[in-house]
Amino acid sequence: MTTKLMGTPVQRVEDQRFLRGQGRYVDDIGVGPGGEQGVLHAAVLRSPHAHARILDIDVDEVLDLEGVHAVWTYDDLAGPMAEPLPLLIPHPALTHGRTQYALAKDEVNHVGEAIAFVVADDRYVAEDAVGRIKVSYDFLPPVVGIDNARAAANLVHDDVPGNVGARLEQNVGDAPAAIAKAPHRLELDLTIERSACMPMEGRGTVARWDADINRMQVWTSTQTSTGVRAAVAVKLELDLGQVDVITPDVGGGFGVKINHPWPEELLVPMAARTLGRTVKFTEDRREHFISSAHERGQVHHVTVGFDDDGRLHGLDVEFWHDHGAYTPYGLIVPIITSTQLLGPYKPQNYRVVFESLYTNTVMVTPYRGAGRPQGCYTMERTMDAIAAYLGKDRTEVRAVNFIQPDEFPYDQGMIFQDGRELEYDSGDYPASLEKIKALIGWDDFPTFQKSMAAAGRKVGIGLACYVEGTGVGPYEGAHVHIETSGKVKVATGLTTQGQGHATVFAQLVADELGCSFEDVEVVTGDTRRMPYAVGTFASRAAVMSGSAIHLAAKRAKEKVLKIAADALEASPDDLQIVDGVVSVKGSPGTSIDLGTVSVLSNPLRYAFDEASKAATQFSVGDPGKPPVPEDEEPGLEGKDFYSPERATFASGMHAVIVETDPLTAEITILKYAVVHDCGHLINPMIVEGQIHGGVAQGIGGALYERMAYDESGQLLNASFMDFLMPYVTEIPDTIAIDHLETPSPLNPLGIKGAGEAGVIPSAAVFAAAIEDAEGFPITAMPISPSELFELRSRSLVEPVETTPEGTPAP
Amino acid sequence: MTDELHDVRMTVNGVAHDVRVPARRLLSDALRHDLGLTGTHVGCEHGVCGACTVLVDGRPMRSCLMFAVSAVDAEITTVEGLTGADGSLGPVQQAFAECHGLQCGFCTPGFLTTITAGLRENPHPTHEECRDMIAGNLCRCTGYQNIVKAVERAAELVSTSSTTGEGAGSTTGAGSTSDGETA
Repeated sequence: MTTKLMGTPVQRVEDQRFLRGQGRYVDDIGVGPGGEQGVLHAAVLRSPHAHARILDIDVDEVLDLEGVHAVWTYDDLAGPMAEPLPLLIPHPALTHGRTQYALAKDEVNHVGEAIAFVVADDRYVAEDAVGRIKVSYDFLPPVVGIDNARAAANLVHDDVPGNVGARLEQNVGDAPAAIAKAPHRLELDLTIERSACMPMEGRGTVARWDADINRMQVWTSTQTSTGVRAAVAVKLELDLGQVDVITPDVGGGFGVKINHPWPEELLVPMAARTLGRTVKFTEDRREHFISSAHERGQVHHVTVGFDDDGRLHGLDVEFWHDHGAYTPYGLIVPIITSTQLLGPYKPQNYRVVFESLYTNTVMVTPYRGAGRPQGCYTMERTMDAIAAYLGKDRTEVRAVNFIQPDEFPYDQGMIFQDGRELEYDSGDYPASLEKIKALIGWDDFPTFQKSMAAAGRKVGIGLACYVEGTGVGPYEGAHVHIETSGKVKVATGLTTQGQGHATVFAQLVADELGCSFEDVEVVTGDTRRMPYAVGTFASRAAVMSGSAIHLAAKRAKEKVLKIAADALEASPDDLQIVDGVVSVKGSPGTSIDLGTVSVLSNPLRYAFDEASKAATQFSVGDPGKPPVPEDEEPGLEGKDFYSPERATFASGMHAVIVETDPLTAEITILKYAVVHDCGHLINPMIVEGQIHGGVAQGIGGALYERMAYDESGQLLNASFMDFLMPYVTEIPDTIAIDHLETPSPLNPLGIKGAGEAGVIPSAAVFAAAIEDAEGFPITAMPISPSELFELRSRSLVEPVETTPEGTPAP
Repeated sequence: MTDELHDVRMTVNGVAHDVRVPARRLLSDALRHDLGLTGTHVGCEHGVCGACTVLVDGRPMRSCLMFAVSAVDAEITTVEGLTGADGSLGPVQQAFAECHGLQCGFCTPGFLTTITAGLRENPHPTHEECRDMIAGNLCRCTGYQNIVKAVERAAELVSTSSTTGEGAGSTTGAGSTSDGETA
């Protein structure tokens, strides 16, 4: 009997090529053993100013430069390329959505906005050429930061009053009335700054126009091949069938490589067709900082009413979201904050309203967690404030507000990011709480804190809970093809950025089909293999493509059994498939291997190979009927799509113990613990890897990383020297992990997404632990030692209540 | 204006290559785009992330901070050269596979070369020394937990293989290539 691979820590198949330096990333396309032949390179002139009108662009000196092939500015764009880029996800509340042009038209709205596009023999010459372009500007006052955007003394876009792109209010019950009547009331102001995904590989695109067959091939480092394909077709006025998009190996995404599309994803194919040459654009690190998306920047005001037990009666949240200069991805991030803020709790009455604001900074699109870290931070800080106000244990206040295991499915009464009801499918929050308390040593901490205090040391503990809607629709598909060699070729359309899809999807196929794991080869993100697909974001790949692959393998198996039953003169019910061999149960000698079944599935029986010769001993089909029966197809394939009713909701809890240095205010992590529930695990090794990475990214976001814009809209820390991404030295030596497996009833495998979870509670959990160590409120994240030092000095001058802005109800 | 070209002979993974490059061409670009060794990755081009680390005369160097012309007559080892002559994974590579020390794989070549040099210098590192060994390389996917484990595992594998006569990260043998002239 073949051992089930679902749930086992299978080593990754993709590692073999990565470890040998044989991965194929987008900048590697077109490079052979003799180097890179015949590929032209692009460079982009980017605005050095945050807000300016463009008076003139002079490119005269560019074409004199040897090795330069072409230069484009807005005036050279025609047809759909001259229109604004798409507003990919419109929303009725987004009354003032604005998108940029592929190359700036008349004005620039952030440092880094693309103005001109040069193609040359190599990147060095292309950059030389960019340096020769002269642009005259009329400077406009920049709007930087949420406060300035709200004050609206200056406008980012002349025709957007108050810099407000959108205002959206959602109500469940009557929160203001419930708060007014509640026994206790608190108000909090909570801030989170901007950060960014920062994958190790920046963006990149290569395109080749094949004039012989009128076809465009695009390789791009994207999270959505099909989206880029549709965008290229529309913008270049090609039929969809003329465009192939292939996503090769991708050096990390974390959200920023989502498609809307990026200007270069259109400009590169445009240039390739115009010049009849392969053209490559590879973003450098500074470009990534100033022209690829950021996220996280939000300011929140919370009013909460509760009773003596800490039970919520009403929650009223107003927040302001900084979406940067443009809104190509709509309101996804603030909508997720609005809805996912609720976490595992029942607020009874909830009102949430946000304004999404323009600033003269890089645009905002989802970054791992996508608005959830802000929501979790807001809710969990509120829980901590209630506990402090009532003098209760922080876990008790959380526990009284939990949705209970027997209350699922639980409808929060709101509309989620996918336009469907915010209905949680399953979970067990009280069990998670017990696990996290045990894992971090919650009940023993007060003794530890006292003993450390006696030694002159400050330590604090924090805990945060989250619920994450994962596996959002609308669909993914899969195609499984069993070749005559017995090898199983699997394709799914979404892309891969390091999640080990080639391994976990092969596990699912091997389990369902009964073939050997080694015979399965998985291809992702190639529109030639799977033209209908959505993409890899929102922790959806395992749930969506995993389920689709499982279903497609099931279909292929049905066909295998039907043909094999005919060949072996047995009933399909009596057959089993083990290690790629179909046999009659209890009679192992009566067997046929998958490769031979594949030969039999095709009535065109040329004896190309040994498998075909071997197949001649079997006879299938009815000689009185057509060789391919009605309602059947030649070939041994299975194809299916998975489209769930709604998202499945994963959950988890993090806890941390920190020490803060009494003199320097340096923050040290003593212990970090994670309890994670993503339903059934396909590969626990890969899930834990995702958690490790998420926690590290969260530590970066909570303690180190921020986008340091000055008042003129210059990003002062646009390098890895100044934007402080954690090295191993900033990450604790161990991260304690415990799993809970509450299966989802919404998909055949009972799985939930796991990709983003690790980063969601970080700001909340560190703010809580530092507050516990210091004894004054932490309401702005990230926090550096200098800021903590400042807060200490201020708290000595003007002692602050431990309940921020707490006002008891009359 | 055309850049003056310079003839540079460098030995990469035991194979001599002759390239003609402008003085400003980075070693990382020469390896990737002139020699076709795309295993070396460029993550920041300012020497901070470590993805482009190669061994120059056995020492880890950021190939984005070195000009190709300064590699004249140097012996360079890239990630491709860490694999055994028979195509088997070298000990550091093997340890990464066993410990799930990589996700997207983009930073990995720099870690592999750095650790290879690190274990040559210190074949029996303590846990703290394993962490220190990788403290100059950025990874955005793994949170480093499994990379530290991989360093410890690689040290085990190296000490096992050295008792059987194989070195850490043995390079492939010398020969000639299509782009270069002779070995």
